[in-house]
Amino acid sequence: MPVETINGHRVLEAVNAALDRHGASREELIPILNQVNQALGYLPAEALSEISLRLKEPLSSVLGVASFYSMLSTRPRGRHVVQFCESAPCHVAGGREVWETLREALKLATDETSPDGKWTLITASCLGICGVEPVVIIDDDVYGNLTADKIPEILARYS
Amino acid sequence: MRTIRSMVLVSNDLISMQRGAQDVYDRLQAEIKAYGLDQEISLAMVSDVGRHDALPLVIVYPEAVVYGPLKVEDVHGLVEEHLYKGRIVVNLQASNRELSGKIAWLNTRKGTLPAEQRIVLRRAGIIDPTNIEDYILNDGYATLGKALTYMTPAQVIDEVKKSGLRGRGGAGFPTGTKWGFVAKEKSPKKYVICNADESEPGTYKDRLILEGDPHSIIEALAIAAFAVGADEGYIYIRGEYKLAQERLKLAILQAEEMGFLGQNIFGTAFNFDLRIHCGAGAYICGEETALLESIEGKRGQPRTRPPFPTTHGLFGKPTLVNNVETLANVPPILLNGATWYRSFGTLSSPGTKVFTILGNVNTTRLIEVPMGITLREVIGIYAHGMKNGANFKLAQTGGSSGSIIPASLQDTPMDFDSFAKAGVALGSGALLICNEDTCVVDLAKVLLNFFRTESCGKCFPCRIGTQRACEMLEAIADGRATLKTLDQLMDLSTTLVNLSNCGLGQTAGTPLKDILTYFRAEVEAHIRLGVCPAGVCNTTEAVQ
Repeated sequence: MPVETINGHRVLEAVNAALDRHGASREELIPILNQVNQALGYLPAEALSEISLRLKEPLSSVLGVASFYSMLSTRPRGRHVVQFCESAPCHVAGGREVWETLREALKLATDETSPDGKWTLITASCLGICGVEPVVIIDDDVYGNLTADKIPEILARYS
Repeated sequence: MRTIRSMVLVSNDLISMQRGAQDVYDRLQAEIKAYGLDQEISLAMVSDVGRHDALPLVIVYPEAVVYGPLKVEDVHGLVEEHLYKGRIVVNLQASNRELSGKIAWLNTRKGTLPAEQRIVLRRAGIIDPTNIEDYILNDGYATLGKALTYMTPAQVIDEVKKSGLRGRGGAGFPTGTKWGFVAKEKSPKKYVICNADESEPGTYKDRLILEGDPHSIIEALAIAAFAVGADEGYIYIRGEYKLAQERLKLAILQAEEMGFLGQNIFGTAFNFDLRIHCGAGAYICGEETALLESIEGKRGQPRTRPPFPTTHGLFGKPTLVNNVETLANVPPILLNGATWYRSFGTLSSPGTKVFTILGNVNTTRLIEVPMGITLREVIGIYAHGMKNGANFKLAQTGGSSGSIIPASLQDTPMDFDSFAKAGVALGSGALLICNEDTCVVDLAKVLLNFFRTESCGKCFPCRIGTQRACEMLEAIADGRATLKTLDQLMDLSTTLVNLSNCGLGQTAGTPLKDILTYFRAEVEAHIRLGVCPAGVCNTTEAVQ
């Protein structure tokens, strides 16, 4: 059984914890994947094959679900995940300038992770915090009513 | 909070402009400011007032006094007497004739400004959402008790039908009729589901209902389950809504402890269990059949309909799926009666609607108002005007899945039928208000990029169509397109609308059609002149 160490957690432990909590049933696949994703930061191939075995569900369909939802990732991510909202309300309220600044400051394109593993930059269709647009979420911290000039100071808070 | 007490409209049709309406407007603006009234009086231009004998006209609401023909030198006296002291200036009034143009219907509102009317949000911000006793003290679970002990399921459905309540998720399907479909299915197992996968950009009404009044949704779902004969329910909630998830989980626990969920509720034979399913980030899961797939643990790809969920839904069983805002209307309807509910809104769309106002306005906010309010009122009264006094160019309704509404339609009452008649859609209640710095090609690019990203990929008109649309819009923005591109774009719009499997692809065609219908000249300028009139697109990018 392949077991790897990621972020100090063992894949198998994470899978076991999720299956214990939600039960080994097909209907619970999304909550299970969600929990493993949270524990490990992403869904490594070992985790997917283990879940596939335990649920008696083809690996293709487990991978199909894991790759469908935007909150699940099948690739490793940086220590800090920067989510930029590219929806129309954010765009109209000055999101374009924020996006340009963010991209230049991080020197990353969409879905890229920096070589030092510090940052991952992703775009989201809508982050659900409309009303304080434009919005950026870094890890779990929400930054609303953003302007481009605030970006450097905000990024500097993360080590 | 700023409250507007008067709305002043200046006619700006061609004749009015020739006779100095702009000067009158400018002077009004200056005088209103000089009297320190600019915080409480909104000022706007209005076209087509329907009478040409006394232009330019100045119309003051809520009194609905029509002044005209007004000269610049009259403005000072008018502002001092009417707006400052509150006395109608009789000698400046236009002769007594009714307005017949676009704003004629406003006269029926004489003496009243459209006020906020809170039905679904009546408890939000007033009670403690984490305390079930607060909810009970405010009529909470009284309606469930009434339904279970005094009414039959058929009576409940009948009352909802009579109220004329229509689905608030965007499509506007009559709620009572849908309940009737599920109720008449003969099946030992049925489900009721609350669709709380609110993913339309700019829409956050459901989140505020869930965060501010979670028990109301639990109560409404229990009533719905009783009415259609279900004993199990789900709330499918968006993965990003962490606070709403926590509050709902707590509320369900509290309701179970108090016996509002579980076995033999209110001592009757009615049993109902409720579970939460959290989404994992997919716009398409707001589509009801994709939502069902997602609850079953699969990719959120919409099913082919028919069969509809009302007959073959979750795990193949008859299933009722309703939006959060729709459900929140149910307890007040049963408590106060269908007649009471029909006293709000318009004949074809009774009740209230929660709108979220965003974009280039002074105040972005959420309002709950009777159906039938107009964009002009929303911008002038609730949004406190356009930011920096800019001109209103267009509004994009309903998150991404609505229409692009030009300023010429801003006096159309916002209800399902009036909007359908005007050829536009109300959507889910987001109103993105844009000024003249917005380029329609750029806006359409953002919207289509959204649909391209969120397309589930199941059917090819949507999967390929949204991709091609993005490429064409980019070509227009970069100055690489020809006029033929516009024909192809219109063609593609029709294909998307007619051939896509679900609502996502069908509405993806709407912005394309809208910009070509209402803003064709602006789109063509990108091609014919190589210029973006709003100065947003860099049309020379591709030209080396």
